[in-house]
Amino acid sequence: MEPMKVLLRNPRREVDVKGPLQVSTLLQRLEVNRESVLVIRGDTIVPGDLWLDDDDDVEIRPVISGGAFDPVAGPS
Amino acid sequence: MKCRVCRGPAIIDIRRHNANFCTEHFLRLCRDQTAKAIDDFDMIQPGERVLVAVSGGKDSLAVWDILLDLGYDADGLYLGLGIGDYSDESGRYARAYAASRERRLIEVDLPADYGYDIPSGARAAKRVPCSACGLSKRHLFDKAAIDGGYDVVVTGHNLDDEAAVLFGNVLRWQTDYLGRQLPVLPARHGFPRKVKPLVRLGEREMAAYCVVKGIDYIVEECPMAAGNKHLGYKEALNAIEATSPGSKHDFYFGFLARASAHFRPEAEGEQAGLLPCISCGAPTTTERCAFCRLVERAGGQLPDGSGTGPGPVPVEINVSRLDARPDRSAVS
Repeated sequence: MEPMKVLLRNPRREVDVKGPLQVSTLLQRLEVNRESVLVIRGDTIVPGDLWLDDDDDVEIRPVISGGAFDPVAGPS
Repeated sequence: MKCRVCRGPAIIDIRRHNANFCTEHFLRLCRDQTAKAIDDFDMIQPGERVLVAVSGGKDSLAVWDILLDLGYDADGLYLGLGIGDYSDESGRYARAYAASRERRLIEVDLPADYGYDIPSGARAAKRVPCSACGLSKRHLFDKAAIDGGYDVVVTGHNLDDEAAVLFGNVLRWQTDYLGRQLPVLPARHGFPRKVKPLVRLGEREMAAYCVVKGIDYIVEECPMAAGNKHLGYKEALNAIEATSPGSKHDFYFGFLARASAHFRPEAEGEQAGLLPCISCGAPTTTERCAFCRLVERAGGQLPDGSGTGPGPVPVEINVSRLDARPDRSAVS
């Protein structure tokens, strides 16, 4: 069976990962901080202890965003 | 993993709460934490008209959605920044959400209305793009709120945003900024009230909220923000959070409870020196406000094309009011 396809962003790219493995293991293997991402299988968020299989489509979506805009930085 | 509330299958773990949540109870958590922030900091009063600054990203769409679900009368404001495909796409998400909830979305387009965009404006003004962007947003959010008769401007700043800004300000001891870093900035001197109802919720929760609710948002990072200091601060704090859950919350709310008031006098002293900008009438510490100078340097124009601005924003400058403001030192 083909390995699972894992979509990463910023920059957008796809990597192959052999399953089965847990979400937390996948993040460790890819050296991704779990505080900085959501893991989405299909269109559903999955928790760290869920097992992923080769036929899963997985997205690791970054959640860190934004520039330095602060609405209360004061008068212009 | 099981939901802390119902013991059903959990979809998300929130380590700073040492808890997991199913879909239903995660959405309830987001609503409850937003309502608690609004209540704790007196952000929005019943019946007030709310203007949400919407970027097309997860935080601003989430806060708009939560406010509507909580029953607030909230419209949106989208600012087109002229950042190529990124702005085109983010605008589509903002419009699609507004249409889905049948709410008004006010749109201001920098290139069409002011004759400049963020990339060229930043170059011309010799500012980093995030600085030119922030300056433009602050000015135009204020103006839109005042022109539209809104009582309060809401932004989607979350706990991660606030902790990162605090981290940066502490690193450089920007004491004037520290004095203003509050979840609520009261209306004064011609500025509308500005509030951040998501300060009790993290960035990861806001992304999860949008996915769970089926709210499409722009996932790609702004190309202008790539590699900026703010993102670096967030990464540093997340590295700390990974080994010490709750650190970001304790850092930010500890600051509000125990340190913020010490920096307030300096920030308020600066506010006392405000006068109307000679071009647009907005309150400023200089003869012409930084926004009007940015527009001029970028080769743009104010909407009436005269260079003298769109007419004064109502400015109320009364230094004696400083003494009459409620004490917000106890903000924990």
